[in-house]
Amino acid sequence: MEVRISVNGADHTSDVEPRTLLVHYLRENLGLTGTHVGCETGYCGACTVIVDGRTVKSCTMFAVQADGTSIQTIEGVASGAGLHAVQEGFWECHGLQCGFCTPGMIMSSIALLEENDNPSEDEIRHGIEGNLCRCTGYHNIVRSVQYAGAKMRGEEPQGASQEVSS
Amino acid sequence: MSTTSVMGGIVRRKEDPSLIQGKGKYVDDIKRTGELAVAFVRSPFAAATINGIDVSAALALDGVHAVYTIDDVRHLGPNPAQVAVGTLRPLLADGVVHHVGEAVAMVVADGAYIARDAADLVFVDYEPGDAVVDLKEAYADKSLVHEGVSNTLLTWAGNAWWEGVIDLPDQSPAIQEAKERDDTVVVSLEMVNQRLLPTAIEPRAVLADWNTGYDSVEMWSSSQIPHAVAGAIGMTFGIPSNKVRVVAPEVGGGFGLKLNVYPDEILCCFASRELSRPVRWTETRREASVASIQGRGWVGTATITGTRDGKILGYELDAICDMGAYTHNFTVAVPLLGLFVAPGQYDIPTSYALHCVVTNTPTTDAYRGAGRPEAAYYLERIIDTFAREIGMDPADVRKVNYWKPDQFPVTTQIGLTMDTGDYETNLNALLERVGYEDLKAKRDAAKAEGRLLGLGLSTYVEVCGFGPSALAGLGFSWAGYGVPTAFNGSGVVRVQPDGTCTVTIGTGPSGQGHETTWAQIVADGLGIAMENIEVQHGDSLDSPVGVGTFGSRSIAVDGTATYEATARVKEKAAVIAGNLLEAAPEDIQFADGGAHVAGSPDRSVAWSQIAESAYQPHTLPEGVEGGLESSVVFSPPNATWPFGSHLALVEVDPETGDVDLLEYWATDDCGNVINPMIVDGQIHGGIAQGVAQALFEEAIYDDAGNLL
Repeated sequence: MEVRISVNGADHTSDVEPRTLLVHYLRENLGLTGTHVGCETGYCGACTVIVDGRTVKSCTMFAVQADGTSIQTIEGVASGAGLHAVQEGFWECHGLQCGFCTPGMIMSSIALLEENDNPSEDEIRHGIEGNLCRCTGYHNIVRSVQYAGAKMRGEEPQGASQEVSS
Repeated sequence: MSTTSVMGGIVRRKEDPSLIQGKGKYVDDIKRTGELAVAFVRSPFAAATINGIDVSAALALDGVHAVYTIDDVRHLGPNPAQVAVGTLRPLLADGVVHHVGEAVAMVVADGAYIARDAADLVFVDYEPGDAVVDLKEAYADKSLVHEGVSNTLLTWAGNAWWEGVIDLPDQSPAIQEAKERDDTVVVSLEMVNQRLLPTAIEPRAVLADWNTGYDSVEMWSSSQIPHAVAGAIGMTFGIPSNKVRVVAPEVGGGFGLKLNVYPDEILCCFASRELSRPVRWTETRREASVASIQGRGWVGTATITGTRDGKILGYELDAICDMGAYTHNFTVAVPLLGLFVAPGQYDIPTSYALHCVVTNTPTTDAYRGAGRPEAAYYLERIIDTFAREIGMDPADVRKVNYWKPDQFPVTTQIGLTMDTGDYETNLNALLERVGYEDLKAKRDAAKAEGRLLGLGLSTYVEVCGFGPSALAGLGFSWAGYGVPTAFNGSGVVRVQPDGTCTVTIGTGPSGQGHETTWAQIVADGLGIAMENIEVQHGDSLDSPVGVGTFGSRSIAVDGTATYEATARVKEKAAVIAGNLLEAAPEDIQFADGGAHVAGSPDRSVAWSQIAESAYQPHTLPEGVEGGLESSVVFSPPNATWPFGSHLALVEVDPETGDVDLLEYWATDDCGNVINPMIVDGQIHGGIAQGVAQALFEEAIYDDAGNLL
C-alpha cells in the first residue's frame, strides 16, 4: 500500500506491506535507526516518536495507520549539530547509561514539557512512566527533565555538578 | 558544569552526544548488503521428546532460504563455552527439549517478517513429559531433568573449590560445639531468593558475515565478551582466531545477560557460511524471557549461632541453587561467587553447602552481582533475625562481628585474602549521615500512631576485579574450558602523529561510560585534552586481547593496564621532549597539552611536536625507537574488595501490605573514584535493580515450566 508520511519535515511516499510496523518503516525504509525496538509489545517505550504532536509507541502502530501524518523522531528534534534542551539535559545530568532507551525517553520528555514546562517530580515520573530504563534507576532522568524544563523556561538549569554527592 | 580536575572530576560523557541524537550504532543499526534474517522455532514445552520435525511447509514459503535442525549442525558439537558439568546444550534441540523456549529449528529468510511466518509453519511432533520445576523436588531427584543424571550437578561445600590448593580448616565442629553451649542462641530461617529476568532494554542481536574466500567471519553481537565469543566460534568451526572478528558495538545494557556465548551466535555464523550471505538475528522480548539466561533462583536456609552479647559463633548456609536446564558460561560458578563472600564482612566461623541443581527452566547465569547479592541476602537477613532474637540493634550486631581494620590483610573462611577494609567506619558514616537514632525514634513514634515504618539495614563486601589470572588457572573462566581467550586486563595507549591520542582497551562498556573514564585516566597522565583522546573497544581483532565488562572488573583490571601504558608513553615522551628542549628527561613535566622543563614553563613543546618527532625517527636521540605507544597486559595480584552500607526507610500499609519506599541511603567504598557522576549513576542503577528484586520482580513458573 502507498503511504505518504512527513518525517522530520521531509515528505516520503512509500509502498509498504500493510502489516509493516511504523518502527520498522522508520528504521528499515527510511534508515532512521535512532528509534529503537525494545519489546515490540508497547511496554518499554524505546520506539517512542511524536505523531501529529502526540507520543506514539511506534511498535504499536502500522505504517499505513500513519498515512498522512507528520512524524518527529529523535533525528529531527534539533537542527544540525545543535541539541534540544532535553538532549542537553540528559547529557548534563547523566540521564543515560547504555543509551538504548534514551531516544524514546527524550521524545516522551519533549512531549511532556511541551504540555507542561514546569512539571513537578511526580508529574515527570508520571509523564515518562511508559518508558523503561534498566540502567539509571530514573533518578538522573528526572533531573535531566528538570534541567530541560528550566532551560526552556529561560532559567539557569542545574547540571550534574550540583547533584553529585561524593 | 565545573571540572576541577580530570581524574576524580565530574566530566560529561564523551559517548553521550552520539547516543542522545540517536546516532549510536547498536547491532540492529548496522547493515550489510544482502542480509538474510533468522527466526527460531522454540519449544512450547518444558520437557518433551521430539518424534519428528517437518520443515517442508516452511521451506515452500516464498523467500525462505533454509530451515536447519540439529541434523544440520550436530557435527559442530555443543557450544564450547559451557562448563563441562552435566548435560551440554546442543546448538539446537537433539530429540528432546528441556525448557520452554529451547530452540528446535532455525529459519533463514528474506527479512524477519517472512522468517517468522515460516517458523510458524515448522511442524514439530512433541511428546510432552513431566517437567521438574520445584527446586526442592529437583534436589530430591524425584524425577530427572536429564535422563540417567542426578539433578544435582555438584555441591560447593567444604574444600570443594580449593581441593588440593589450599588446606581449609573445617569450621563445622566449632559451630556444632557452639550450638551445644548453654549460653548460645540459634536462629534459622528458610529464604527464597527469587529468580529474575535480566531484561536489558536492547534485546540480544547478532549479525554474521562469513567470507568463504578468506574462510573468515565477521560478526557483530550485543555481547559483554566479544573476545570469548570469537574464541568459541573459532573453536567450533576449526578456524584460527585471527580469522574471526567479533565486534560488540554499542551494547544496550548487559547485567550479565550478555556475558555468555549463545548458540545463536554460532548458528548465525553457520548459516552465513552455508548460504554465503550475511545473516541477522534479533531477539524478540518474548524470546529474551525464555531463551537467554536468567538470574538468582535460590532456596536455602541460613542459621546463626551466637551469644546474647551479639557475638556470632557460627554461620551456616545450605541452599539449593537453580541452574535451569543446562549450564552455560558461569552457571555453576555463580553459587561459587556467592560462596566467596558467604561470610561477608564478618570474622565468624562459616559452614556452607550450595547445591547446583538443574530444572526444566531456562538456564541461569550471572545476573547483576551474580551470587554475591544472593549470599549477602541470606547472611544479612539472618543477622537481622539474630539481632531481633537477642534484642540488640542490628547495626551493633554487625559492628561486634566485623573484621577490624588492624586484622587486614585477612584470609577469609573461604581461603581468599581481603587486602583492606574498614567496615565499622563505613557503617558509622552512613548512620551519622542519616541520623539513625532520630530515624529509629521516628519509626517508634509512628508505631504509636498505628503507622508501620520500617528501617532496613544491609552491609556487604563484594569480591570484584576479575581477574587475577591465577583464578582462570583454577577453572574460573572460559579459558578453563579450553576456549582460546584471555583472563586479564589490557590497554594500548597510542599518541597519534598529530599529538592526539587513541586508547584501545580489551574491555568494553554496556553503559558504564568507559570512553569517558578511560580518557580521564590518559588525560590525567599525559596532559592531553579530553577532546583529543578517543577510546576504542569491542573488536576482537583490533582491540588488545581482553575479557569484557562484568563483575565490577573493568576499571580495576583494564583501567590499571591503561594507567600503566600511559605511564610508559609518558616516560618515552619525556625522552623525546627532553631532546627537543635540550633538557634531561627527568626534568620534563606534562600539562596543558604539552611538555615543559620544570621551573621553566616557557621552554615547552606541544604534544603535536613530540609526536611529530616520534614518527620521524631521524629526529630522535640515538637508540630511541620510532612511534609513541605502549601496550600493557595486567593481571592483578588479587581481587578487589569494595564494601558498603545501605539503609532503607519504608512504610507498610497495614491493610494492603503495600510497601512504600520513602528514603534510601547508601555509603559505598569503591576505592579511588575517577568520575563521581558515573559512579553515582552506577550505584543508582544497582539500587533500582535491588529495590526491584525486593518489591517488584520475579520470574514465576507454573508446574509445567511455563513462565507466567
